Amino acid sequence: MTEHAAPTPSAPVDPKLELMANLLKDIFAPFEPEMGYAIDEVSLTISPKDIVAACKLAKENEELKFDYLRCLSVVDYEEHFQVVYHLYSMKKHHKMVLKVNLPKDNPRVSSVVSVWKGADWHEREGAELFGVTFEEHPNLAPLLLYEGFEGYPMLKSYPLGPYEDGS
Amino acid sequence: MKMEAEKRFDTVDMMLNMGPQHPSTHGVFRMVLTIDGEKIVAVEPHIGYLHRGTEKLCEGEYYLQIVSLFDRLDYISSFNNELAFVIAVEKLMGIQVPERAEYIRVIMCELNRIASHLMFYAAFGADAGAITPFLYAFREREQIQSVFEAVSGARMMHNYFRVGGVIEDLPPDFGDRMNKLIPKLKQGIQECDDLLTGNEIFIARAKGVGAISAADAIDFGMSGPNLRACGVLEDIRRSEPYSVYPTLDFDIPAGQNGDCWDRYMVRMEEMRQSLRIVEQAIAEMPQGPVIAPQVRKIVKVPKGEVYVRVENPRGDFGVYLISQGGDKPYRVKIRGASFCNLMTLKKLLQQCYVADCVVVLGSLDIVLGEVDR
Amino acid sequence: MTGELLLSALGVVGMLLFLTVTTFALVWIERKFLGHIQMRLGPMRTGYHGIMQPVADALKLLFKEDFIPGSSDRLIFWLAPLAVFVPAFLIWVSIPFTKELVIRNLDMGIFYIVAVSVVSIIGLVMAGWGSANKYALLGGARAAAQLISYELPLIMVILSVVMLSQSLDLKTIVEKQAVIPYVLLQPLGFLIFLFASLAEVGRTPFDIPQAESEVVGGPFVEYSGIRWSIFFLAEYVNTFAVGVLGALLFLGGWNWPLLPPIIWILVKSYFLVLVIFWMRATFPRLRIDQLMSLAWKVLLPLAFLNILIVGAHQFYRWPAWSLSLISLVVVLAVGYRLRWRRIAGTSRLGLSLATERRLANDRTP
Repeated sequence: MTEHAAPTPSAPVDPKLELMANLLKDIFAPFEPEMGYAIDEVSLTISPKDIVAACKLAKENEELKFDYLRCLSVVDYEEHFQVVYHLYSMKKHHKMVLKVNLPKDNPRVSSVVSVWKGADWHEREGAELFGVTFEEHPNLAPLLLYEGFEGYPMLKSYPLGPYEDGS
Repeated sequence: MKMEAEKRFDTVDMMLNMGPQHPSTHGVFRMVLTIDGEKIVAVEPHIGYLHRGTEKLCEGEYYLQIVSLFDRLDYISSFNNELAFVIAVEKLMGIQVPERAEYIRVIMCELNRIASHLMFYAAFGADAGAITPFLYAFREREQIQSVFEAVSGARMMHNYFRVGGVIEDLPPDFGDRMNKLIPKLKQGIQECDDLLTGNEIFIARAKGVGAISAADAIDFGMSGPNLRACGVLEDIRRSEPYSVYPTLDFDIPAGQNGDCWDRYMVRMEEMRQSLRIVEQAIAEMPQGPVIAPQVRKIVKVPKGEVYVRVENPRGDFGVYLISQGGDKPYRVKIRGASFCNLMTLKKLLQQCYVADCVVVLGSLDIVLGEVDR
Repeated sequence: MTGELLLSALGVVGMLLFLTVTTFALVWIERKFLGHIQMRLGPMRTGYHGIMQPVADALKLLFKEDFIPGSSDRLIFWLAPLAVFVPAFLIWVSIPFTKELVIRNLDMGIFYIVAVSVVSIIGLVMAGWGSANKYALLGGARAAAQLISYELPLIMVILSVVMLSQSLDLKTIVEKQAVIPYVLLQPLGFLIFLFASLAEVGRTPFDIPQAESEVVGGPFVEYSGIRWSIFFLAEYVNTFAVGVLGALLFLGGWNWPLLPPIIWILVKSYFLVLVIFWMRATFPRLRIDQLMSLAWKVLLPLAFLNILIVGAHQFYRWPAWSLSLISLVVVLAVGYRLRWRRIAGTSRLGLSLATERRLANDRTP
């Protein structure tokens, strides 16, 4: 494993986290998740084709009720892209992380706007800055960069050059 | 012939471009309104005029330097942004912050919340067409800003929090200043309240305008006072407490209808609650060091990832920090509260008047620095 | 004949000078008054307490670039300031300051004033259309709607004053108020007059056509320099006209003992103008639909009611105090209704404070 790979820290120590991990393992069993732990939350890595179904399950399951999408991030790792969904439940006050790994060439994943409307701009941003295509997104137009900008600036391959004042 | 006549009397909706240079878009925000007379038919928000690529910049800076980048996100409440980032780094490194530093951070953040809400009050009054609230609010805000200057050396871009604590202890006369400031602020907030809140016209302008249901608000990822105005009792200081908030006593105000009026009222009440927190924190603040001893100048963070969110005056401010080891982060994703709150604009402006769109935007209290990042 | 003409010309020149000076005074007073309400000083650098500030402003405006947008309708754009400016000054021909001090007193003075002042609507619409700017167009449409709507209650309430005094001549109207000013006889009428004329001159809370936070200046958005200052001048002259007309119609004009008449009329007018400035300092702006419903659902019926009351009073020869009593009762009833709605409203918006208190087990000793 190279240095720039997805971090998979060791098993949790917190019993509450352990409990949550077991619960999630049971519920998401059909998607064959790969369990992982961040500092204080459980993360599940699943296959990109299952993402909408998994999100629907997370939102609608009585024990989970993840009705709030805290954040949707795209990360450019050396071997793959990763789309990270940070979920939170306003009713149960618990949280989890869903992750999908996408191939470097032609990264495509289904949009979750149909599950949480709040995913809209996050996905547009991801598409614009990383070049990840979110399929079935209602309007994947550029969001932040100026018109005619070429390239995907958040990629690790895009140089973070020194500041030029144009002189 | 008939067709020509029909064509002549056909009405079309007008496209009105509001911003990025418009006095009421709170910065460089642009929305394209389609209006039928004074009614809004459709709205298309455009952001990105203030995009500085902060997330990309973070990947090339040392952890210490990134704190100053976070100041420039939500520039009205810099302390709260700094807090989110330093907590994220501390969590990854497993640093225990000295208690005095935690109290200082809470005092600064809550004062910052008051200053930010005063800014909201000022701008909201101006959006509704009243000119005096602006100056009332700025009188109070100025006192807070001068305390910030005394503490951190800067009025806006403080760069005061450090990984493991704060850069320097409070100035020796801080206690005296606060003893003078708190009663003044209490009175000032009451005066602001008296000036605008009971006004018949103001109520008519704000009440029932731009309402959103709790379910919709959660679905859109709304947070902070805007979400609480819908009646959702969600405050990260309570539901996912950080720093010393669990030991402090405060109430969470919530509205019922999720309209502009409730959003306004929630913020007015939050200012008072923040003052309560500041009072308690000053009373309970222990003596001691203000920065953890093991923190070096060049912070090296072990491999790992963490998502931290704090209750920014505008809502849920999140930082997703991934470290691959080393002195620079691998990826920093910033989840701006305003960014998500602004997404609801389309929903809020349905069936509104042109005049309402300004008030609704003002009631969301966005800061473009955080929206565009 | 020539002598009379010369006198009239002199009067017109004098009136122009007086109005310009008044505008300067009003600008300065407004800035200082607003400043002190807002806990700041206002202009302080130009002369004693900034007394020369209006002069400095005027000079700045004169020297600014006179900009005409390329796609504008040039003729209309050019004519619009005149169409606003001329009626604003024309009405002063027949406004008496004292019994003698008037350029040309007309038997139908108040009728003439109402008729001429309406023309300025056209100017605002022209400015809105000619600028080829959507904000200006919105502002112009708003101005037309607002001014026409508020013209009605204003005329109705002036009519009730005419009924009381049995004259359209402003001099006679004032002389009839030698003992009791009409504001005491019909407080309702006075309030309607105040609100309707505020809307007519487009000042807060009725500054919807200009609404800075929405349509960024409305019809005037494309105007700059001298052209803009003409609109500005007309606005202040109109504001002052409201003050003077209010003083003439309701506050007893130049009658009142001790001081010379000219002082009294100025004191009363400036008092009303200060009330207008005070409103500007404290009130937010209404929305266009609220403005319309206020005109058509509140002010106009009340104005009709006022006419009915005055008519009955005149017909049955009721004593004067009965008229003031009825009027006062109506004012209080309307006020109570608004107040009641507000209280009912505020109790409904009551905040539900979360009682979720601190978590005891988390407390560190």
